[in-house]
Amino acid sequence: MIAGRTWSFGDNINTDLMVPGQVLYASEEEQKRAVFFANRPGWVDEVKTGDIIIGGHNFGMGSSRPAARSLRNLGIACLVADTINSLFFRNAVNFGFLSISCPGVHAAFTEGQEAEVCIETWTVKNRATGQVLKADPIPPTLLTLMLEGGIYPSLERAGLLAPKVAKAK
Amino acid sequence: MGMTIIEKILARASGQAKVSPGDLAVVEVDSVLMLDTNFLAVQRREVLKLHDPDKIAVIYDHLVPPPDRAAADAHANGREFVKKFGIKRFHDVGPDQGISHVIAAENGYALPSMVLVCSDSHTCAGGAFNCAARGIGFPDLMYVITTGKTWFQVGGTVRYDITGKLPHGVAAKDVFLHLAGTYGNHANQNVEIGGPGLANLTINARRTLAAMGAELSADFITFEHDAVLEDYLKGRAKQPFTPVAPDQDAVYVTRRTVDLSAMKPLVALPDSVISNSAPVGDVAGTAIHQAFIGSCANGTLEDLEAAAAVVNGRKVAAGVRLLVTPGSQAIYRAALKAGYIEKLMDAGAVVTPATCGACFGGHMGVLGPNETCITSSTRNFKGRMGDASAKIYMASSATVAASAIAGTIVHPGEFLGDAP
Ligand code: SF4
Repeated sequence: MIAGRTWSFGDNINTDLMVPGQVLYASEEEQKRAVFFANRPGWVDEVKTGDIIIGGHNFGMGSSRPAARSLRNLGIACLVADTINSLFFRNAVNFGFLSISCPGVHAAFTEGQEAEVCIETWTVKNRATGQVLKADPIPPTLLTLMLEGGIYPSLERAGLLAPKVAKAK
Repeated sequence: MGMTIIEKILARASGQAKVSPGDLAVVEVDSVLMLDTNFLAVQRREVLKLHDPDKIAVIYDHLVPPPDRAAADAHANGREFVKKFGIKRFHDVGPDQGISHVIAAENGYALPSMVLVCSDSHTCAGGAFNCAARGIGFPDLMYVITTGKTWFQVGGTVRYDITGKLPHGVAAKDVFLHLAGTYGNHANQNVEIGGPGLANLTINARRTLAAMGAELSADFITFEHDAVLEDYLKGRAKQPFTPVAPDQDAVYVTRRTVDLSAMKPLVALPDSVISNSAPVGDVAGTAIHQAFIGSCANGTLEDLEAAAAVVNGRKVAAGVRLLVTPGSQAIYRAALKAGYIEKLMDAGAVVTPATCGACFGGHMGVLGPNETCITSSTRNFKGRMGDASAKIYMASSATVAASAIAGTIVHPGEFLGDAP
């Protein structure tokens, strides 16, 4: 079970907001610092490891920018959204960032309330109101990739990719 | 119960008799596009083995010619990759350069029934060719080139039946703005386009609509195969292919008719295209600093033709920059021969080499603080083309060109001899 403070974002949050153009080719560290810079400046300083993002519909629409990686790098425990854009979801699987769709979740939370997310029962609970919502189960193969850090470790084990060397600045 | 076009392609590619919405399909990939950005030091990975180099095309487009050292380094790294694995389909900076989705169209890298992927969200542009094309993530891409496979969650399909013909001065972009404005997003759904009026949409018009499928948040957007497509593929397709038609009893989430003859020039207001379209008249008079014509969606020869027809003998308004970026060098050359480039340059446009350029605020046209731009490219998200305070309106290339002449957003009919 994952529990944490929630941050609410609305419908159609796009990946340009999470990975703005000016850091598109910057380091992971710089990308992490720029999340939601245009729509919520300063948020990256407020958010803490273990926090949970609550999204509306079509979370992560737009480019295939590695937005899921930036959220993971910020220490976000998971994303729970009414619906998740399929391209964002792919990147979430591949970068190992737990992302769950749960219809009605956006309306069920006021920002700051604590959430409990359980991927054994696929439920999301609002600790403040006691409301429990049903989440959409993630297919087991994809869930395993998400929880095991994404796609790269398996490709390295298979001898298809060389282990990651020190990153360029 | 029958299958839609996408369901049929995904069933074939995953070796199953049938797939339905909700299924997870693990598919063999037929065609892969790799971009210059895939070789940037910040994300590149050393590939030890490729599944099949002949399925890969390496196309430089986002950073062309390299605007900085990191891009130049990416280009050099990509050239090494091409050499190491003996990749034959390589579009370096030069006569064959262009935006990946345009290059794929021109060279028959997207063919009916194929599964085509690339790490760019507008890969769905390939759907104009009756195939299953979509953007995937960069790690996905590494998985595809090394294993030959990827996975898709099968979504439901929304079907559009086209009827009628577009009025003069109205473009496929306006059809897209109508769909996005009227029906909103199609998140986690597929879009299928066909019907009796399909023959009235050129391949370029279909490419505009298919590329804009990404803005509808569609998973796949796919067009039916017809004689117009058959004709286009003659001489381009280097391998046999099988057209895919939907089953008579295919199941759709919903089915809608789009009457092309009822379309009008529209504009998407800044920050979003979803449920955010307005008739041009509603924002007429809005002053602009920059007008951009280009991108994988609207850097076609028809776009340049429409723009040239609008500016014909007129001058771009003082204080306005009109930037035109053809989708490929082949389009650039064709536009040069047809006289469009001369008309555009005489009007005061800056015509750049084929590249993504200003579309994603990369280079050659980045917007500054508080500037207003009208663009025929793909996206108008906040900050997309430069500074986050810039306002981006989206419209057809004809409307963009007309606005550049007027200095304010204006109906293209004023310059085409039509009543606005
Ligand atoms: S032209 Fe724009 S939308 Fe198309 S591939 Fe390039 S950056 Fe993406």
